[in-house]
Amino acid sequence: MELIKADKLVLSYDGKAVIDGLSFTVNEGDYIAVVGENGSGKSTLMKAITGELKPVSGMLERCAELKKYGVGYLPQQSAIQKDFPASVYEAVLSGNIRRSSFGFGWNRESKDRADEYIHLLGICKLKSRSFQELSGGQRQRVLLARAMCASDKLLLLDEPITGLDEGAAEDMYRAIRLVNDNGTAVIMVSHDRKRAEDEADRVIQLK
Amino acid sequence: MPFLKRGLQKNNMTITEIFASEFLLRVVGRALTVGILVSLCASMLGVCLVMKRYSMIGDGLSHVGFFALALSAVAGVGAAYSMEFSIPVVVLAAVLILHMSRRTDGKINGDAACAVVSTGSVAVGTLMYNFTGGRSADICNSLFGSASVVTISDKDMWISVLLSAAVILWFVCCAKRIFAVTFDETFASAAGIGTGVFSVLIAILTGVTIVVGMKMMGAIMISALVIFPPLAAMQVAKSFRGTVLLSAAMSVVCFVVGFFFACRFSLQTGAAVVTCDLVCFVIAVVYAAVRRRIGLIAAGRK
Repeated sequence: MELIKADKLVLSYDGKAVIDGLSFTVNEGDYIAVVGENGSGKSTLMKAITGELKPVSGMLERCAELKKYGVGYLPQQSAIQKDFPASVYEAVLSGNIRRSSFGFGWNRESKDRADEYIHLLGICKLKSRSFQELSGGQRQRVLLARAMCASDKLLLLDEPITGLDEGAAEDMYRAIRLVNDNGTAVIMVSHDRKRAEDEADRVIQLK
Repeated sequence: MPFLKRGLQKNNMTITEIFASEFLLRVVGRALTVGILVSLCASMLGVCLVMKRYSMIGDGLSHVGFFALALSAVAGVGAAYSMEFSIPVVVLAAVLILHMSRRTDGKINGDAACAVVSTGSVAVGTLMYNFTGGRSADICNSLFGSASVVTISDKDMWISVLLSAAVILWFVCCAKRIFAVTFDETFASAAGIGTGVFSVLIAILTGVTIVVGMKMMGAIMISALVIFPPLAAMQVAKSFRGTVLLSAAMSVVCFVVGFFFACRFSLQTGAAVVTCDLVCFVIAVVYAAVRRRIGLIAAGRK
């Protein structure tokens, strides 16, 4: 099944066209790396995929489920506040935000989803810990579980490895592989072109 | 009335005396209700503001509150209606501050926007008092809070009841969204949650809280209620829910203790309450530092 289909896509940022005539499709279960220099439009493309940015011209179509629940997004590390008092469980649960109703607590279904992905990513032991006490690698895995709660169809990872030490980076690559083997399509933005080619099934090079 | 007003200012009241007099009980009860509810709202909204790096918005808006009082004096609005006059002015300023930092794409960031609006409004507000021949006592009252709790009216009480109902309802109904947006705005907007509406709502509620609390706490000190309790709670709590609850509890307890202290020893209410908050904050910081230290030692032993 096609999750995303882009045809001759043109995107602009600050009135400048940064992506000009890009075509690609993302199918269920794909693992795609997006590589390119700084300023080549990686984050602009991300914004278009999440639906925050409308294309100037061309077509970008997202399947019905992505439109309804959004994609599972893992922002760059710098975007997360390091001194925020949140428990790991609270952080993972918040991924369900689009699926939840108004009201105070999370429903059974949301809790089940959170538990499932916490289990999948092997962070059960961290569940009641405070997010701010975790190491960089542990944090990324928690946020990966949160992204899975948002969508188990498509994950959008914005430089998930940047800032991690070597061991943590390997763990993260393994975790992403695990999620992908579980049937979730992955789009990963990366600086490390060589490594991205090894990991992903396909590479989109932005110029 | 002037006699009673003076009585409340000059004489020390013990709690037994307050309960012995029906009039005192009504006046003090009213002030206490307003104070508790305002403390509650400020501390809950404050959690979001402090975490979103908007701590200064409380401070900025309280100075706008001062400006609004001056403006109402110039416009000839009686003191009885100054609150109806101030609320829209402050809410407008809140939206303006947010708008400024969003529209200029970070060229004027949140902190700078607050500083511009806050210092500007104090300057213009003071000039307005000068032009109307306002006494320095008026300026002093609006800056440091009124010396007497008699000035808190029934209307103040009802507005604060409505406000706190709105804030608590919002926190209970939208707890999950509030968490998601405060924790990680990028993720929330990627998930399609409108973060703009959230910011405007929190600014409006904060604006109203500040205007309602300003009479008692004073323009300079009201923002302490927004900043101290959340900051202290963040040092101690490990979850968002814990932070909100602890912040609210601490804020209310500090208010009550400070309030009765102020009554008993005829002190300025606002100053007494904020000093209480300060003490709690210092205790929380020391506690967190000791806990970290112990954690490090324990990790070292392993």
